[in-house]
Amino acid sequence: MAYEQYGAKATRFGFGEGLVELGEHDERIVVLGGDITGSVMTNLFKDRFPDRFFSMGIAEQNATTIAAGLALSGKIPFFASYGAFCALRNADQLRISVCYNEANVKIGGGHSGISVGPDGATHQVLEDMAFLRALPHMTLVVPCDYLEAKKATIAIGQMEGPAYIRFGREPVPSFTREDTPFRLGKAETFREGNDVAIIATGCMVWEALVAAEELAKEGIQARVVNVHTIKPIDTEAIAAAARECGAIVTAEEHQIMGGMGSAVAQVVVKNAPVPMEFVGVTDTFGGSGNPNELMKAFGLTSRDIYNSVKKVLARRSGEWNQVQAMTEVGFEGQHPVGYPKPGTVFPIEELIENDRKAAENAVA
Amino acid sequence: MPFTNERRTPEQLADIATEIRRDIIRSLVEAKSGHSGGPLGSADIFAVLYMGGVMNHDPANPHMPGRDRFILSAGHMCPVLYATLANAGFFPKSELLTLRKFGSRLQGHPGRDMMLPGIESSTGSLGQGLSIAVGMALSDKLLDRNGARVYSLTGDGELEEGSIWEAVMAAAHYKLDNFCMIVDNNDCQIDGRVTDVMNIYPLKEKFESFNFHVIMVNGHNHAELLAAFDEFKTVTGKPTCIIAKTFMGHGVSFMEDRYEWHGKPPSPDQAEEALKELAE
Repeated sequence: MAYEQYGAKATRFGFGEGLVELGEHDERIVVLGGDITGSVMTNLFKDRFPDRFFSMGIAEQNATTIAAGLALSGKIPFFASYGAFCALRNADQLRISVCYNEANVKIGGGHSGISVGPDGATHQVLEDMAFLRALPHMTLVVPCDYLEAKKATIAIGQMEGPAYIRFGREPVPSFTREDTPFRLGKAETFREGNDVAIIATGCMVWEALVAAEELAKEGIQARVVNVHTIKPIDTEAIAAAARECGAIVTAEEHQIMGGMGSAVAQVVVKNAPVPMEFVGVTDTFGGSGNPNELMKAFGLTSRDIYNSVKKVLARRSGEWNQVQAMTEVGFEGQHPVGYPKPGTVFPIEELIENDRKAAENAVA
Repeated sequence: MPFTNERRTPEQLADIATEIRRDIIRSLVEAKSGHSGGPLGSADIFAVLYMGGVMNHDPANPHMPGRDRFILSAGHMCPVLYATLANAGFFPKSELLTLRKFGSRLQGHPGRDMMLPGIESSTGSLGQGLSIAVGMALSDKLLDRNGARVYSLTGDGELEEGSIWEAVMAAAHYKLDNFCMIVDNNDCQIDGRVTDVMNIYPLKEKFESFNFHVIMVNGHNHAELLAAFDEFKTVTGKPTCIIAKTFMGHGVSFMEDRYEWHGKPPSPDQAEEALKELAE
């Protein structure tokens, strides 16, 4: 099945609507609000089931732990906030009260990744997956579009145990359908190919499909695998991709350290070592800007995936010089070349002009 | 034979508290590590709660629906909880000697994964147990409406954790009058006096300003403790905080009110001396 874009909608709507659907069928579903219910779409549940919604104020540590108390009382609590505050600020609460207790708590992490845009680095959570992956008993899901977000939300509400769903604020292409398979822990191949495998998660799955089309024009058939469940990860699908394709590029809107790519690499080195490249944020904080220009500046576009495929194929054929690889721009620890250097003072006219152009492009 | 849970005289409860203290010493000397001071200092509170007819619990049916629940937010004080649960009949007293040992159900801090009867939640990271208890009280009062009550004990040093006040705010916001927190107010923490490490006072006024009903008691006076829990059950529209003035290490003269005994066990000689004192 070829995937085509038929619209664009933010994954957070899938989360909010999935919650309401869960609530319709299960009385045990309760939702905790962290003051930003309209941003993470828990307001939909609040409006539909006011008796099962509890405002917790701006207090994420307490909300996470109260959720554990509710779960230990037989409820299925969802707490949602921005990922920066419900994956990291409450890290100890997730570790002890939720995971060590094996409490049936579900966390919705919104505004994830750099695509949240103008809010800047404080709100662009890029480290959540690294932490969540390391927690025993945790299930971690990163849906690729609105519809998958809805399916994923319902799926974690129906499973037993701690789970986290990561979603974003900005509209992203919609391309999965009602009949697109979705099973927790099972990666899905969205495009067949044996020349190289692109393993992607979240909004990068669409970018991977676009990159694959570009590569196909040059006769390179890329397999695109959607790893929506980062934990437990689908070892079988990844090992098969490594064996059958011989080279892998991973793509995620997260630090390349400790994220989905790292999880894939663990599977690959153990089962079928092949050259790998990682598309993601390279050990740097984000910054303000509109989502598209940020994704471009931080190397998170289909073009970056395309380039990484070319590189991994060159490495496999022995054409790539390792020294060259090490001195590449964007290597860990460097500020991305596409983002202005800290301290840069812009002429105000230039900023306004940039904004105007961006607005024009958005309309187009 | 375990002690049954019923309305008892202060004298009976004093005897039970002494037995709990003896079991704390016995388990700690065997464990060779662990916390002595807080557990000894709070034994009277535990005796009243579990065996004075305060809590509605059933050791033979620890998962009984609608039971009252207790969460030890100060998880490091678990030797007193374990000794209490064993004396109440949740598990055999002989198991107390496995405290902190490899594979034991009596973990160094309570671990729900070990499935020890009577342990409602893992705790040990300070502050979190209180929030869990508030979540449980919320579930009992506003969702299940089952009339059950939730009790939680915190240390006084633990009140320095910011999330405590998030939990306190939430309990008052939802008017959880089925929720009772007990502060073990011994004014000791690892580094010294609570007032020196980080001053938490005034306590009564703090909790009152957070819309709690506050009861001040002598935490070693069983009659006062019984009366405080009775009073809690009559309060409506707000949660209760019982501030129990205690002395760390109470009952063992050389440990009494000495913060050095926060986090260490007695040596075999010290244990023998302590048990002698507790036999009198």
